[in-house]
Amino acid sequence: MASAKHSLRSDLGRVRGLGSAKEGVQHWWIQRVTAIALIPLSLWFIACIVFLIDVDHATAIQWLGSPVTLGLMSLFLVALIYHAVLGLQVVIEDYVHSHAAKITLLLLVQFAGFALAAAGIIAMLMITIYGG
Amino acid sequence: MLGQAYRLQLTSFTSFLHRVTGVFLAIGILALVYWLAAAAASASAFDQAQAIAGSIIGRTALFLWTGAFFYHLLNGIRHLAWDAGWGFELPTAYRSGWTVMVLTVVLTLAAWALGYWARGNV
Repeated sequence: MASAKHSLRSDLGRVRGLGSAKEGVQHWWIQRVTAIALIPLSLWFIACIVFLIDVDHATAIQWLGSPVTLGLMSLFLVALIYHAVLGLQVVIEDYVHSHAAKITLLLLVQFAGFALAAAGIIAMLMITIYGG
Repeated sequence: MLGQAYRLQLTSFTSFLHRVTGVFLAIGILALVYWLAAAAASASAFDQAQAIAGSIIGRTALFLWTGAFFYHLLNGIRHLAWDAGWGFELPTAYRSGWTVMVLTVVLTLAAWALGYWARGNV
């Protein structure tokens, strides 16, 4: 047990896992939370795609436009994109050593993540509401 | 790349492949969102997306994405098991690594066989 005698970190701070940036294990934890969520969601997605990848527009609209698909696809998109952005962030931090390039790539990945999540969910809502 | 002093190990290779497949799958998000946006836009836009998906390049990309997906899923479960403190022993790590490799091939081929079988093409 670390005490004030051995460490500048308080026991409470150590238990909360918060460093100087006050982030602690958040990145690591959300990567795991989204990973666990993606196990059933991605299996649902792949199972649908196996049977629906080559359907015509009317069938695609019928499938995508159902409330169940809207819900599951939205959850899938959010978990998938969140997980991807966190993963790409680690890869960029590990392999890109120029500070300017690193910051630029991180911004690009994070903005792309938000934009793709918005685009995907708006497309799903349009299909559900207007029927494509 | 690795030099003469470093022998490639299954454990480091599976770790490297987890990153490669992760980046490759992330690119697939672009294709998925394009596919959904095309479906929302119009029948002709969707037909165009379906023509791309059905082309040789499209099928190749989808096949590689299927393989990357099953690998990343299975090896991800392996990582979650490690996070829970299970499977760190070297023989177990090797056994789970080979299991992931074999199951990736089996599930990828099974998914595509199922897809073609469902359409009466097998």
